[in-house]
Amino acid sequence: MAERLAVKKTYKLYVGGKFPRSESGRSYEVTDAKGRFLANAAWASRKDARDAVVAARKAVGGWSGATAYNRGQVLYRVAEVMEGRHAQFVDEVAAGEGVARAKAVSLVDEAIDRWVWYAGWADKIAQVVGSSNPVAGPYFDFSVPEPTGVVAVLAPQRSSLLGLVSVLAPVIVGGNTAVLTASAERPLPAITLSEVLATSDVPGGVVNILTGTLADTAPILAAHMDVNAVDLAGAAGDAERASALELAAADNLKRVVRAPEAEPDWIAEPGLERITAYLETKTVWHPVGV
Amino acid sequence: MTKFEYAPAPESRAIVDIKSSYGLFVNGEFAEPVDGSTFKSVNPATEEVLAEIASAGAEDVDRAVQAARRAYERTWSKLSGRDRGKYLFRIARIIQERARELAVLESIDNGKPIRESRDVDIPLVAAHFFYYAGWADKLAWAGAGPGPKPYGVAAQVIPWNFPLLMLSWKIAPALAAGNTVVLKPAETTPLTALLFAEICQQADLPPGVVNILTGAGDTGRALVEHPGVDKVAFTGSTEVGKQIARSVAGTAKKATLELGGKAANIVFDDAPVDQAVEGIVNGIFFNQGHVCCAGSRLLVQESVYDDVLGRLKRRLGTLRVGDPLDKNTDIGAINSAEQLARIRELSEVGEAEGAERWSPECELPERGFWFPPTLFTGVTQAHRIAREEIFGPVLSVLTFRTPAEAVEKANNTPFGLSAGVWTDKGSRILWMAQQLRAGVVWANTFNRFDPTSPFGGYKESGYGREGGRHGLLAYLKTEG
Repeated sequence: MAERLAVKKTYKLYVGGKFPRSESGRSYEVTDAKGRFLANAAWASRKDARDAVVAARKAVGGWSGATAYNRGQVLYRVAEVMEGRHAQFVDEVAAGEGVARAKAVSLVDEAIDRWVWYAGWADKIAQVVGSSNPVAGPYFDFSVPEPTGVVAVLAPQRSSLLGLVSVLAPVIVGGNTAVLTASAERPLPAITLSEVLATSDVPGGVVNILTGTLADTAPILAAHMDVNAVDLAGAAGDAERASALELAAADNLKRVVRAPEAEPDWIAEPGLERITAYLETKTVWHPVGV
Repeated sequence: MTKFEYAPAPESRAIVDIKSSYGLFVNGEFAEPVDGSTFKSVNPATEEVLAEIASAGAEDVDRAVQAARRAYERTWSKLSGRDRGKYLFRIARIIQERARELAVLESIDNGKPIRESRDVDIPLVAAHFFYYAGWADKLAWAGAGPGPKPYGVAAQVIPWNFPLLMLSWKIAPALAAGNTVVLKPAETTPLTALLFAEICQQADLPPGVVNILTGAGDTGRALVEHPGVDKVAFTGSTEVGKQIARSVAGTAKKATLELGGKAANIVFDDAPVDQAVEGIVNGIFFNQGHVCCAGSRLLVQESVYDDVLGRLKRRLGTLRVGDPLDKNTDIGAINSAEQLARIRELSEVGEAEGAERWSPECELPERGFWFPPTLFTGVTQAHRIAREEIFGPVLSVLTFRTPAEAVEKANNTPFGLSAGVWTDKGSRILWMAQQLRAGVVWANTFNRFDPTSPFGGYKESGYGREGGRHGLLAYLKTEG
């Protein structure tokens, strides 16, 4: 009997809850760690990046207005749905990162658990970083965290899934929406993750994923006046690019998470830095008196 | 205001499978009591016997505490916070999946309206497990110092008014912090706790981490006094709470107590009256008034007294008392004959002491335990109905003239669990909140609960908090 011929998936962008090809009509070849062909991924243009920002902005009201409990449940749902696609992620991570299968399994495990870790923060971060302030006067004074808005995320270039989740989850847990550029050479887990997000009660537009090169999309996102913050993780090790992007980000005072000198392995439990980087602190005063 | 007629809309009982008898849940399995006996759980709306329940004796208590100790030492304390959290997330999800079944069973066993068990109790139960699941791997951020540790074995005794909700308030934070538990549900409402034991099995929770011992006061006493217990958590009457405080005196056991209340619900003349009336009704008639934080003393500013009272009486006339499983029911059955007797007794005392009693016309079912929504006017602070917790659908109405007088009267009680303030003026809300000696102050709302929000009392309403980060601290040792 002849071997069954596989049906291969087209890897597309994820914008506004839909899966469009690049408006430019371009794609580029994605290979495994040994250079063998895996797929043609969409090559996002500058216009795609701007469209993604529009979609992300549109989603801010609903997502930031959802209760923290609801956001926590949605993030947990992402973990549940990822678990069901465990094998697919292992295949893609093993191929793209060129790691042994056992290592890929542990990376996927950790990526799923990281969603769970962040899910728990949704309704706790305010209790840890918020405060009641004993001002010297008859005022009730408290400070609460609020999302900053639209966050552009340059996902890590090497860690195609665990690194990706580690930079994406902290953005959305606080009520922000994201435009994320996937690892240029290892974009497939990001697109598969977008399929998970699309079926996990994450509202369309809350996460938007672009594949392609940083050269096309990163400068647009860093300079975009309707983007509130940017994570430069994907520019790790490229100090020149990172500082140029940070410079562009200064035009509207984006909150910037700088690129490390070298990409970490993302295994260690994260701290709160990435959550709080995208939170504003709002302080409210109210008089106390009869 | 006319009372609309509705056809009966009973929720089906078919989803619930009540066994004829239940054993004790010890070390992950149901077992017959070793030295215990049995008692019956009754549907308070029909007096139908629901099931034969095991009553744990001293030997059973000992076995359960030992099982919890073994589970603590061999498995639970060795698990990572992440894995403890995952078990709790599983439990939260199974509760959501089996929500309707739990709601129907709760209403059958407790007598509360299905509208409340379905829309309040069970969703909050799932939310509590979900919330504390997320804390299990984040204890370092809880504010309990750099290396917070669990106590060990927690003995938990809960009341009958919110059976599964009180279970979740106890078990979720205890497990998240790394303790194992032996929990005793109330004698009259054991069924959802026993179904919860099955949920623990479905979640593959390691044996002994949760043990459920059914029984009455003696079982609870034996559990709390067992020397193998490190932490005691009790929700119930102030009288029993004091006994527990005495029994842990001189031991290393840590206790949290959530006890009775006699909350003042204070309505100022600038309050949004219709909202306030809804809040007053919700405050005292929610769950038949079987609520420790119920707004059982209404304090109305004199200038709006007639208006508020008139609207309140009209609103009471529209409340539907009857079949707890009917989706249109507002007020269900009183939980037990014993509780009904207490409500009747205190209501008679209220009349005898000179207060004026009023209830809307209201047809009560023939069988079962029922009490109509009732309010007393002309109540003074000296009246027993203004001082003692009735724990039923009985509201005492008092008046005040100035904010200072409202505070004085509101605080004139040995209790201090909750209070309500109704006014349009923000600064006054916050001033009142400062003055009131109560653990929870609701402003322009009442009887709100959320897993993120600490709940608990001042004074003789107990100590310790449940819910929120503070509720987690009740199960963590704060030293290094």
